[in-house]
Amino acid sequence: MAAGSNLRRPVSTRAAIAVLAVVAVVGLLTFGLLSKGSSGVAVGEVAPVASLPHLEGGGSESLADYRGRWVLVNFWASWCTPCKDEAPALERFQQRHGSEEFTVLGIDSNDLSGDGIEFVRDYGLSYPQLRDGDGEYAEEDFGTTGVPENYLVDPRGRVRLAVRGPVDEEYLREAVAPLLPGGRS
Amino acid sequence: MSARALVLALLAAALLAVSAAPAAAATPQVEQNEIEAEVMCPVCGTLLELAESPQAQRQKVFVARLIAAGRSKDEIKDALVAEYGEEVLALPSGDGFNLSAYLVPIVAFVLAAVALALGVRRWRRDGGDGGPAGPAPTGPSEADSKRLDADLSRYDL
Repeated sequence: MAAGSNLRRPVSTRAAIAVLAVVAVVGLLTFGLLSKGSSGVAVGEVAPVASLPHLEGGGSESLADYRGRWVLVNFWASWCTPCKDEAPALERFQQRHGSEEFTVLGIDSNDLSGDGIEFVRDYGLSYPQLRDGDGEYAEEDFGTTGVPENYLVDPRGRVRLAVRGPVDEEYLREAVAPLLPGGRS
Repeated sequence: MSARALVLALLAAALLAVSAAPAAAATPQVEQNEIEAEVMCPVCGTLLELAESPQAQRQKVFVARLIAAGRSKDEIKDALVAEYGEEVLALPSGDGFNLSAYLVPIVAFVLAAVALALGVRRWRRDGGDGGPAGPAPTGPSEADSKRLDADLSRYDL
């Protein structure tokens, strides 16, 4: 009997250790999924803010610095073909609507700074440009899944429109412009 | 050879050495595939050498330019980190929190070895012989012993 009880005790200890190990592994996997699997910012939510360097010229800025203005946040990269397609439309929209009350804000994401600067010059982009070299702001904070993505942020910092892909003249005219002060198109 | 010719020859050699210096500085110190095997394509989430995305192509061109400029492997990695952040490194740097990436496997290995050693020691102390697990062997019962003694005495051995 004594021998039997000696045999049982280590088995239950081992079982407890095994259960603890399984719980630890499951916990780690769950934590990994929760911390990685950002569902992204949704319409109506406050847009995340983070200080990012200017693409060119030094210094940094955050979306919080644009409170009080409408901002069309455009995540892009120089290697992205749809970004090249939408850049002229965004620049024309900025030319028409850019003011103290509205601006397009470009955020060059996962890109080489030299390539980004060249892109801005090639397309003659006049709106402000920030740099998100490691893509953390785009992917972790906004939950982007690629480039381009566009978010219209209102003067209180809330997301009013979210486009997970490129925008074109028609979308800018029919969806974005009516929300801007005066509802101009 | 006259003294004048000797001076001219020395001057020519010096000029050659000076003109060769920039070329030597731009001599590649590292191979492209060596860098590509040690850095990530941040957009693809794979090693750069396995990536063919447009972003990876731009990154490869960037590396090639730095190699052509005679930059060392560390300088090229530093430049990539400045562009894409620490995550571009396939192997984390060996300081700060990243040190845990190297320490945790070592600590886990040592703990496993200690656990194994303790287990073997305990098994040997308990008299393990490698046989199948089962109830501990016991001697014959008193009745069996008496019967055995009776049988043996019957044969007068």
